[in-house]
Amino acid sequence: MENLPQQPAAYRITHQLQDAKLTVYLAGEFGIRNLAAFVGDINRLLVAEQREISGIDLDFSGITYFDSAAALAVIRVREETPDKKIKFSFVNLNEEIRDIFSVINNKGIARRPTKAIKPREGILVQIGDTCFLLGRDFINMITFVGELIYALSYTIIHPRSLRSKDVLFYMKRAGVDGLPIVGLISVLMGLIMAFMSFLQLKQIGANIYVPSLVSFAMVKELGPLMTAILVAGRSGSAFAAEIGTMVVNEEVDALKTMGFDPIRFIAVPKVLAAMLVVPLLTLYADLFGVFGGLIVGVTGLDLTFNTYIVQSMKTIKVFDVVTSLIKAAVFAALIAGIGCQRGFQVRSGAQDVGKYTTSAVVSAIFMIVVADSIFAIMLHYVR
Amino acid sequence: MRSGENKPIITADDLTARYGSNLIFSNVSFQVNRGEVLVIVGESGCGKSTLLRILIGLEKPSCGRVLFQGNDIVNSGEDVLHNYRQNIGVLFQSSALFSSMTLNENIALPLTEYTNLDTETINLIIQMKLGMVNLSGYGNHYPAELSGGMKKRAGIARAMALDPIVLFFDELSAGLDPVTAVELDELIIKTNEALGTTIVIVTHELESICKIADRVIMLDKTAKGIIAEGTPQELKENSADPRVRSFFLRQLPQKTAQE
Ligand SMILES: Nc1ncnc2c1ncn2[C@@H]1O[C@H](COP(=O)(O)OP(=O)(O)OP(=O)(O)O)[C@@H](O)[C@H]1O
Ligand SMILES: [Mg+2]
Repeated sequence: MENLPQQPAAYRITHQLQDAKLTVYLAGEFGIRNLAAFVGDINRLLVAEQREISGIDLDFSGITYFDSAAALAVIRVREETPDKKIKFSFVNLNEEIRDIFSVINNKGIARRPTKAIKPREGILVQIGDTCFLLGRDFINMITFVGELIYALSYTIIHPRSLRSKDVLFYMKRAGVDGLPIVGLISVLMGLIMAFMSFLQLKQIGANIYVPSLVSFAMVKELGPLMTAILVAGRSGSAFAAEIGTMVVNEEVDALKTMGFDPIRFIAVPKVLAAMLVVPLLTLYADLFGVFGGLIVGVTGLDLTFNTYIVQSMKTIKVFDVVTSLIKAAVFAALIAGIGCQRGFQVRSGAQDVGKYTTSAVVSAIFMIVVADSIFAIMLHYVR
Repeated sequence: MRSGENKPIITADDLTARYGSNLIFSNVSFQVNRGEVLVIVGESGCGKSTLLRILIGLEKPSCGRVLFQGNDIVNSGEDVLHNYRQNIGVLFQSSALFSSMTLNENIALPLTEYTNLDTETINLIIQMKLGMVNLSGYGNHYPAELSGGMKKRAGIARAMALDPIVLFFDELSAGLDPVTAVELDELIIKTNEALGTTIVIVTHELESICKIADRVIMLDKTAKGIIAEGTPQELKENSADPRVRSFFLRQLPQKTAQE
């Protein structure tokens, strides 16, 4: 047929009643664009003329445009005539229209779907389902942690099996590439903290404690925490998306059939890289935080460079730095582990990749905060 | 091709596969004999890929077992499966090349992992494998830089990297031009005859089936199982089943009168 009609197409439906036989003449264009209109017209006509007719002829001779949707519609009209005794036939079909009708596979339309879409369940069922899913998620998590620990220990015992090129690659991705943003955020944090504490402390003339406060907070809490959150956003998501895409492309299956353990092959280098590089990144964040405070201290608080450094050094103990690094390593393991685990959970398609990438970041940040609280309590007693 | 007749290397025993409550096939039993080329055919969606995934131990059947040289790979531990997997090569329907690696690295991966060859030898082997599938010179390309058919061929090269005992190819010739497809048929025949590799293929190319297959298994979606098994010749000439005949004669099955 020629071009699709662009405008609401023109059609005309006329009818003639003779010897209890209704003939409906279709003329003009009938297609998907004016489907609702002409089906409505035909139905109205049939209802109006329903009285004593024994047969209906649908005459196609005047049709200039016809498509498969229109063909389906007139078949539906025929099948839905309420009175089954009425003989409903299509007449004057030319070759083209006959061909269009032949495209429609009546059996296929009538077939039931092989997979039912579940209707929305009641609230109780939904709660139950969610709990079940959470439970399964938890079990998955534990299984994954076990497998990861096994794979990590295997790698430590057999260092040759480690793909060191990958480790370096991910150290660059997670660490080096993150330097600018981590540095910037840390400086700003230091600035803000120094400034805010200065506003409070100057009221009691305790400006001299600003350096202590900034360095204490930075090294003990904010440095590891901010770094971890940034790494979760930058690298945790990247790990999940990368592994998820590999699952979708059957690459993980290919790895398995080649006899590789996907966890050892894909997850271990990422986790190790993160655990190595995040503590370094944290140290760097601590330094930049102190530096941010220093800017405010020297320019706004009449403290000299020396006093500021000395005050900071007095506050920070080696113990604090070491625990800060340990914390960072634990956060890194959480971020990379969760990122990889979420990636492996992807089953099908791009949508899943997006879903689990988001989930990787959210769960990682949540777990970081939980772990941080545990550390806070533990360190309190260790001291 | 015809040596070691009828010694099964892989035995599928009463396999049933489901996705959720959706039964894909049931009671599927057959043997893959040592050194033969077995072709699995059947309409789209009848479960050929699923069957292949079960045979290579990626999917667990909901019941039944798969024996490789007498060992059950479905129900035994990881080590049996691991041993099995070092002896097979697989081409996935979507090729499944590692997208972060070049073709050379893709093919080198199993070689470096399972052999202690020096780099030079490995490079030579890679060149040879790429040449076998007509991809010489593409070694430094990433999979994303290749066409679908080229990826398929690269996947074949990777599957053959270790000269495995059994090769599985899913949709071998889909997306290939006729000339390349014929070349691949030659490659399959050569691999099979010269190296004695057992080959299990899913393909729809009738000509290549007749040329390369020692035996054909036909799955069917409505029967949810195997409807025919035999040499291509037997199936072509003697089968009573209209579905089998229509496949081999490339005709629509005789339709029952309908609208
Ligand atoms: N992950 C899955 N979840 C649910 N159902 C699936 C899944 N994978 C496949 N199926 C279903 O299993 C059936 C068989 O799929 P399979 O991929 O094995 O077919 P196939 O014979 O390989 O088809 P093709 O020739 O098109 O590749 C299909 O009907 C499909 O709907
Ligand atoms: Mg398939």
